[in-house]
Amino acid sequence: MTSKTQHNTELLRFTTAGSVDDGKSTLIGRLLYDSKSIFEDQLEAVKTATARRGEEGVNLALLTDGLKAEREQGITIDVAYRYFATPRRKFIIADTPGHTQYTRNMVTGASTANVALVLIDARNGVIEQTRRHAIIASLLQIPHLVICINKMDLVDYNQEVYESIRDDFEQFAAKLDVHDVTFIPISALKGDNVVERSQNMTWYEGPTLLYYLENVHIGSDHNFIDCRFPVQFVIRPNTDEFHDYRGYAGRVAGGVFRKGDKVLLLPSGFTSTIAKIDTSDGEVEEIFPPMSATILLEDDLDLSRGDMIVRENNRPEVTQDLDLMVCWFNERPMQLRGKYTIMHTTRQVRCLVKDIQYKMDVNTLHRDLDDKVIGMNDIARITIRTTQPLFVDSYRKNRITGSVILIDEGTNETVGAGMVVG
Amino acid sequence: MNYQLDHLKELEAESIFVLREVAAQFENPVLLFSGGKDSILVSYLAKKAFYPARIPFPLLHIDTGHNFDETIEYRDWWVKELGAKLIVGSVQEAIDKGTLVEEKGYNASRNYLQTPVLLEAIEQNKFDAAIGGARRDEEKARAKERFFSHRDEFGQWNPKNQRPELWNLFNGRKNFGEHFRVFPISNWTELDVWQYLAAEKVPLPSLYFAHRRKVFQRDGILLADSPFIKRRPEEVVEEKLVRCRTIGDVTCTGVWESEAKTIEDIIAEVAISRQTERGGRADDKRSETAMEDRKKDGYF
Repeated sequence: MTSKTQHNTELLRFTTAGSVDDGKSTLIGRLLYDSKSIFEDQLEAVKTATARRGEEGVNLALLTDGLKAEREQGITIDVAYRYFATPRRKFIIADTPGHTQYTRNMVTGASTANVALVLIDARNGVIEQTRRHAIIASLLQIPHLVICINKMDLVDYNQEVYESIRDDFEQFAAKLDVHDVTFIPISALKGDNVVERSQNMTWYEGPTLLYYLENVHIGSDHNFIDCRFPVQFVIRPNTDEFHDYRGYAGRVAGGVFRKGDKVLLLPSGFTSTIAKIDTSDGEVEEIFPPMSATILLEDDLDLSRGDMIVRENNRPEVTQDLDLMVCWFNERPMQLRGKYTIMHTTRQVRCLVKDIQYKMDVNTLHRDLDDKVIGMNDIARITIRTTQPLFVDSYRKNRITGSVILIDEGTNETVGAGMVVG
Repeated sequence: MNYQLDHLKELEAESIFVLREVAAQFENPVLLFSGGKDSILVSYLAKKAFYPARIPFPLLHIDTGHNFDETIEYRDWWVKELGAKLIVGSVQEAIDKGTLVEEKGYNASRNYLQTPVLLEAIEQNKFDAAIGGARRDEEKARAKERFFSHRDEFGQWNPKNQRPELWNLFNGRKNFGEHFRVFPISNWTELDVWQYLAAEKVPLPSLYFAHRRKVFQRDGILLADSPFIKRRPEEVVEEKLVRCRTIGDVTCTGVWESEAKTIEDIIAEVAISRQTERGGRADDKRSETAMEDRKKDGYF
């Protein structure tokens, strides 16, 4: 797309996690406020609301409190999405609550994030909730983790406090599957190191939070190696002009597909060649994640929603038996031998829970082999068998082809989210 | 070799994915078309999503009878341009039949009457998914809205009973009589919409651009003078150079003094704007939770 009005900016999605009182809403309010993403009428509304609560000034936390119930209780009860932009990047924040009972929201927000932002209250250091957030970020394979040590103003901007918390966290993080961790000492309330560099912590030489978010390298967050194209919808115009058009529409889940590539179709196992690739900008030579496109093949083969286009020499695992890490979202516990509908890419089949291997303590990583009751917000490793084969990669290799949701067939609710272990 | 999409292209890819998911998961979807830029964008993206086939669902316009003339003119032209089918649900008809009673007085608006007409159209046509142009950045109650938003058999939204949405997996399963609202442009901001429409050179209704119009001031908002609004004696009509930032009913859509004649001018204006676009919507100002309350009742 070329136009003088186009701003060549990237999209970065990040998730925030924090406990009720560690200042998460204030931090988001500060980011929006200092990056001038708050409008006058929003600010006026917040000023009025602050005064109504008998408080002084502007309570930045009120900027992000959405629904009536949570404004009354002063807590966030669901994932809320916020937007702001700088000339460099556009940001989508998945703002999730920090309560114990809302692990499900944290997992939801984490599923699409490039960066996880974890808040620690400098007065309390690393606590159970910090560990839980980091464990979830690691489980969900968020590529980058930034630890904001907040409320530095309340510990006199003391370098030793910061360093001891950092050391504590690093020691704990060694057990996790996280590769890129950054620490930033901040005061969301006063604005230190959020957008503006702090004058109170000259001993800190790293980036401010906004600078970090604007510059962290996200170009490698997708899988560009293993070609995966789940067929979403078959486009057949049936018009005189496009009489023979048969296009396979979908979104690239992995790898780079080019016109002329030899491809393999799953589950049929037939091979063909890419004749043409259509996109919203017309015909193109190559497509990559996360583009939506329409692939036309040279041969007239039977291919429909739920099938997958891959390369001959690089196939996903085709299997009916899966090992999953699941997070449970429902009041009704997971039923061993229970049957659920499973959604994987664009494929929907049924499955049976064959085995619950262990429940994981999300605060300590401890594996409990005896407790097999998997209730709301629990995380467990399970084995399932599906009625039809799925075409999967390990979640670690590809977040799209390695993830599933489980649906209760009675209520149609999404009751669990699973990541393929492998 | 740079495999990185810019933010507009990534948003476009996401929206097209969601639109195709609707066509695949539902039997009888419909696209809610108001004539505003957001529903123009959604219908434009729908055309791209299914090209070269036609959009596989009709457009539904809930006509309050209190539209700007330009809106209807544009609607009919655009539908033809898309090659789509249009269905109109009429608030006036419902009033004439006596199924709805109109508000009276100075701030009378038919905005609230759209909801029952919409729900009736959904029921009558057995639509199981209604695609809308709502964005999460518009208003605080919308910040928590899902892409696939579940509605019970009364068409109501329950904020505590929404399904978690992870990765690219959208669960559109439902029981008989229930339906979904789907919001493909959830993640777009006002500025994103304008930048994209400009880059794609999408033709827009003339109301969005600066034009001379007879207006008057009420509660700090400029409203267009129209036979549908009862003026107070002290409210004086004057002619000004104005444009709309959102397009809704004449009765509740504020106009803004502006000299923006092109989309590029509008982008410059939006980029430095210090008021949200809904700042001019009288319907949102009724109470602090006006939008949340309307949504629970089945508003868009």
